[in-house]
Amino acid sequence: MLSEIALYGAFETGLIYGLVAFGIYISFRVLNFPDLTVDGSFPLGAAVSAVLIIGGYNPWLATGAAIIAGMGAGAVTALLNVKLNILNLLASILTMIALYSVNLRIMGRPNIALLGEETVLTPWYDLGLAYHQVPVLLFLLIAIIGLFVLWRFMQSETGLAMRATGANPRMARAQGIATGWMIILGVALSNGLVALAGSLFAQSQGAADVTMGVGVIVVGLASLIGGEAVISPRTVFRALLACLVGAVLYRIAIALALNADFIGLQTQDLNLVTAVLVTLAIVLPNARHSIKSFFSRS
Amino acid sequence: MISADNLHLTFGKGTPLENPALKGMSLTVNQGEFVTVIGSNGAGKSTFLNALSGEVIVDSGKIEVDGVDVTKLPTHKRAGRVARVFQDPLAGTCEDLTIEENMSLAIKRGMPRMLGSAVKARYRDRFREGLSGLNLGLENRLSDKMGLLSGGQRQAVSLLMASLNPSSILLLDEHTAALDPRTASFVLDLTCRIIEDQKKTALMVTHSMKQALEVGTRTVMLHQGKVVFDIHGEDRKGLTVPDLLGLFEKQRGIEITDDSLLLS
Repeated sequence: MLSEIALYGAFETGLIYGLVAFGIYISFRVLNFPDLTVDGSFPLGAAVSAVLIIGGYNPWLATGAAIIAGMGAGAVTALLNVKLNILNLLASILTMIALYSVNLRIMGRPNIALLGEETVLTPWYDLGLAYHQVPVLLFLLIAIIGLFVLWRFMQSETGLAMRATGANPRMARAQGIATGWMIILGVALSNGLVALAGSLFAQSQGAADVTMGVGVIVVGLASLIGGEAVISPRTVFRALLACLVGAVLYRIAIALALNADFIGLQTQDLNLVTAVLVTLAIVLPNARHSIKSFFSRS
Repeated sequence: MISADNLHLTFGKGTPLENPALKGMSLTVNQGEFVTVIGSNGAGKSTFLNALSGEVIVDSGKIEVDGVDVTKLPTHKRAGRVARVFQDPLAGTCEDLTIEENMSLAIKRGMPRMLGSAVKARYRDRFREGLSGLNLGLENRLSDKMGLLSGGQRQAVSLLMASLNPSSILLLDEHTAALDPRTASFVLDLTCRIIEDQKKTALMVTHSMKQALEVGTRTVMLHQGKVVFDIHGEDRKGLTVPDLLGLFEKQRGIEITDDSLLLS
């Protein structure tokens, strides 16, 4: 079974990926915009905040800068789609590829260590909690605030307009909604959240690395789909809650799979396990229906 | 008031599929007039409505709504002046949103949207009042998802949404064509009631000549992208479908072979 530290570790990473899942929920579910920019905006958030932190800036300021940079990256993807009519998926791949170079430029080298630097976590270590509990506490707080703010936003006039844009763009236009701007705003917001996750990840892991974004989209989707399988997303609140629960469950599932010696899995099997888990999360809800109908027929 | 002056629009210009949809289309609709629009397939009825709503931008000509030139404006910028009900009952509403959310989207049509709550308590009373007028029992289902409603119910709510902002003109694009006969006549009655109550300027495209003569105050027929005849007032009274067909043949000197005009 999992040790206490491994469990806390799963929660810590899971809560960070919950923010990624929020972002993916906005692009994939609310806007119906398959956005792969996240593989670039996650390390972008890490890079921007790492450079500012080692430059002596306040870590919260560095985190805010990361969010703004992520929003910029999302806006570029959306502008490529809305203004230049490039297919949404392709537009996001272009931005993602471009961000690899941008991230290297920002950091000036492939990775930056943050060990010993003051991060957003530093003051919290003085509270007297165990070392491995601190990040979980702070990230839980951030995730809950994020959930609440997003939930309120989706109930607002602008948020409702954004949901209509994704659900029925023709109807949205007929109701006077500038759908192009809604896509730009939504994809920017989505990538701002992902960059925030990247920034927090770098600060808790003690390093920013240009390759840390690889597969973030798959993990985020796994969290989103897994969460929806556990909590059916009938309302916006439930959908957002599903993102958080899905992300934490996913990390626990990964930790269990890698810790269970009898299965014989090792760290390098992570991506294979992820792919299998995502497949299961997509297939199982359908399988449940067919099993049910099989039994009700007989 | 709607004024369309010499509209031209060609789809796929410069390609082998070049298709002129509007060829000098002109029509002026006065305040409070309810015009029914007929014409065979490809006559330009839907294109004309799309040009008025902004879904397509005309190549040349001028469109004014209530004296404001909207020729080049995209759909969302003229939505405050133009309300629309689509043929597909699923197209006018969002099935994933609740009835009150859909109606809240419509109540802000053409107005800026900020960060205040989208569904306000004071809207709900208005929604309930409007919905209870439909006699469908929807006034108690404000927080139900739109997708739970039937096509006819959704079309009725779409009409209600289009009438929440009384100042705009109303464009109806064969909005009863996809409904069963009983529901279609319910939605048509509702349409006439709303237009009468609010003294709306309305344009209704229909495939049914009978319907075109029974409702409204004026009937125009389109053929090959322009108006071939326009009847109103005394001329229109007592006119039957065969009269209308005769009129068309006399005007154009050709025989109508399109069954869709005769069947309905």
